[in-house]
Amino acid sequence: MRYTKAITVSLLAVLVVWGLNRPWGSVPAFGPLLSPFVGFWQNAEAINNDDEEIVLNGTKSPVTVVFDELAIPHVFAQNDHDAYFAQGYLTARDRLWQMEFQTHAAAGRVSELVGDKALELDRYNRHLGMGFGAERAVKEMMADPRSKESVEAYTAGVNAWISQLKPAQYPLEYKLLGYAPEPWQPIKCAYFLKYMSGVLALGADDLNMSNVLKKVGPVVTADLFPDYPYREDPIVPVGTKWDFTPVNVPAVPASILPDTKPIAMKWQEHDPGIGSNNWAVGSQKSATGYPILANDPHLTLSLPSIWYQMQLVTPTMNVYGATMPGSPGVIIGFNKQVAWGVTNVGADVLDFYQIRFKDASRREYWHDNRWKPVRRRLEVIKVKGKPDVIDTVLYTHHGPVMYEAGQKPFAKNVPVGYAARWIAHEASNDFLTYYLLDRAKNHDDYRKALSYYGAPAQNFVFADVAKDIAISPNGRFPLKWKDQGKFLLDGTNPAHDWQGWIPASQNPHVKNPPRGFVSSANQSSTDPTYPYYINWQFAPAERGTRINQRLAAMQQVTPDSLRMLQNDNLNLRAAHALPVFLPYVQAKELTGEQAKALAIMKTWRYNHDVAEIAPTIFTEWMRQYMDGVWNDDFPSDDTTTLRYPSFDRTLQLSEKDPTAHWFDDVTTPAHETIGSVLTQSFRMAVDSLTRQHGPVGAAWQWGSHKGTRIGHLARLDALSALNVQIGGGRDIVNATTERTGPSWRMVVALGPTPKAYGVYPGGQSGNPGSPYYLNMLETWRTGQLNELLYLQSAQDKNPRIKRKLILK
Amino acid sequence: MIELILIAVVSLLAQLVLPWWSLAVVTFIICFWRRISGGRAFLSGFVGVALVWLIYATIIHTRTDGVFTGRMSELLFKTNTSALPLLVTALVGGLVGGLAGLSGYFVGQAFGNQVENRAASRSRS
Repeated sequence: MRYTKAITVSLLAVLVVWGLNRPWGSVPAFGPLLSPFVGFWQNAEAINNDDEEIVLNGTKSPVTVVFDELAIPHVFAQNDHDAYFAQGYLTARDRLWQMEFQTHAAAGRVSELVGDKALELDRYNRHLGMGFGAERAVKEMMADPRSKESVEAYTAGVNAWISQLKPAQYPLEYKLLGYAPEPWQPIKCAYFLKYMSGVLALGADDLNMSNVLKKVGPVVTADLFPDYPYREDPIVPVGTKWDFTPVNVPAVPASILPDTKPIAMKWQEHDPGIGSNNWAVGSQKSATGYPILANDPHLTLSLPSIWYQMQLVTPTMNVYGATMPGSPGVIIGFNKQVAWGVTNVGADVLDFYQIRFKDASRREYWHDNRWKPVRRRLEVIKVKGKPDVIDTVLYTHHGPVMYEAGQKPFAKNVPVGYAARWIAHEASNDFLTYYLLDRAKNHDDYRKALSYYGAPAQNFVFADVAKDIAISPNGRFPLKWKDQGKFLLDGTNPAHDWQGWIPASQNPHVKNPPRGFVSSANQSSTDPTYPYYINWQFAPAERGTRINQRLAAMQQVTPDSLRMLQNDNLNLRAAHALPVFLPYVQAKELTGEQAKALAIMKTWRYNHDVAEIAPTIFTEWMRQYMDGVWNDDFPSDDTTTLRYPSFDRTLQLSEKDPTAHWFDDVTTPAHETIGSVLTQSFRMAVDSLTRQHGPVGAAWQWGSHKGTRIGHLARLDALSALNVQIGGGRDIVNATTERTGPSWRMVVALGPTPKAYGVYPGGQSGNPGSPYYLNMLETWRTGQLNELLYLQSAQDKNPRIKRKLILK
Repeated sequence: MIELILIAVVSLLAQLVLPWWSLAVVTFIICFWRRISGGRAFLSGFVGVALVWLIYATIIHTRTDGVFTGRMSELLFKTNTSALPLLVTALVGGLVGGLAGLSGYFVGQAFGNQVENRAASRSRS
């Protein structure tokens, strides 16, 4: 009897311990998680201003790091290697989980961490050739001694941090998800850069456009989807003369398209919220007599923040700016002589080629009048709690086969597939561009740095103490015939391949234009006089136009003037559209609530401030209006995805051609007019908002309706910032939408010593238990900037310096 | 009483270097070895461990102004209170300690007497 009790109770105890010691689905192991010795309690941090000295034996000489009150590290090293080692160590100390998670995502390894719910995401990234691209990139990095040293030192620094980590000190997310950090490798730096390429250069419209072309033919397609917008203010100003002799542009081939049946393939279009602003005013406009530069990159707002501030000082450089956890160097920033920033170009560097396979075995494909072999790359996807999944990716010389129709479109029953040619597959040492910019002293250095850059193409804005300002839509651009890649391409026809590259020195650029400023907001790189084809569509023109209007009007510009421009909440689209649309709305058809809403629209000054109601109505109304005009003509369903013409084209039609047949809904026997579409869509918008928020009132205010959310990378609400009250919106200079927005805001005034300001919505620490997790959010939300502490030596005295760390 | 203190001190020392469940092993051994009732075994195990966990967690909580505790409460239990994580921490630790102590008692009962009987019978013969 006693034995039974002893055995049962002991068994129960063991069972309980065992049960608490392991995760159950997405529920973490509660035993170790709750223990104050090793669990989440260990991640709670207090402000600690004690000096430290840490012996790592990873640097050639001691490195001194001083931290300011925002926990931003200022690194003073005796050589470049040590600086990058320190950068790796410090970034890992603050952001290890983020670094690992993002690189896991790019490598298609999320299933390892969270199980098979991430399998489709991982398959997608494997098929996209992220791994293939990263392998080529890391080879390039290792081939150049500068990038080799930097990446290896950075890797050693990260590993110096990881190797001394005990489970009690693992970042919180490891404890929640139940895994341990693994050593960092140089290829992960490459994965990280590919991840950014995926964020910035992966949108594609080719399939939708091909379906459109099939439906309405080339004449209507060219009319509704023109290659240059109606309203535009290009990055390189109109009238700029090109200072080069262009190489021969390939001729448009006789046959432009493969023979495609309309196909349905879910390929995400580029998120219009992802883009950025940058500009620089020259010395004539500036109150200081020196140029002032500003940049705010727009990305999905996340926690930990995508950026990490740092200053790096060695005998070859003294640079401050925003770094990206996962890559050495400073990406957006300034040094004593120059400042620079980036916005996304949005070039068409992702094309889809229809592949004709020989037969169902898919071992060969047709190109240039012969059969060529298909390469197979085996991707092993580890899945937590389940057996490995083996995915085979087929490679052609174009790139990996992304999608297979699985139907039988050809007479001979031969299967088709679509291969993706993506710029991120090319070997390029983009890292070197930032390496050289960090050390640049003048405009020539800037041009040299840009020549190494591959992808994702960026509009690099520049200013220096010699009072030069410049901007260049820059990257490795394929040499294309006009509209090559606007539609699907024929993978059997060598005339459809990428024919070469635009010489780097002939990328669009402008220096010291007569108007006294340069700017970009992802709009058209140039006007149609540029001899090469970069893309047929860019971001809508409103942001860039508004920025240029304001800069043109400014005199005696100060950093604060530019800060205010970054926060500009004017909706230029509404300013253009409402005077055209409002007169068409039939007031007598409106209900009480709808009439109230209309009255609000009529008195609106086009500002997207948090307390305004009109922005909510306007955005919903325009959504309904676009559906109302185009959904009957370009409907999408399970077998075919189409897309609408742009808002710019729609507004042009509404202004110039209001009796066009497009306004009629072809699915109804009645004949709709622009007036009826506008009225009907307005009423539907108000009704929809009433269902969401009740009668017109405070609940309709833009701040709450938008509900900007800065989400934790693992989508944990408790670790996110929800319903952040900030104005702005899509196509507005303050481009803060529901999920995307200025992930970094920076203003740099050059001069004998640079004075710079910056902020991002988060904090230096990725640890939710740290006082530095979200400490900068309020400054960002209210449109303020922190002064950036730019030190000259490790001995500088400044009340903002809180503690010192020596790495030996 | 002394068992409680013993359990608290030794399990604390153990958890500084060993995995979290070492507290169960410590509690088991102490309750196996000491001659106390089952009820007291469970209670000293429970309270001994729960106290250590609660006090340590509270120290951490107050040192960091409790912001993180609120977030973790939101994350794990869907409500934003500071008391809940502290309570659950104490309860879970206590439960493991209590069960381990009880097991130690019962195993001591089952096999400890055997040792006594054998010793007694050896001395008789």
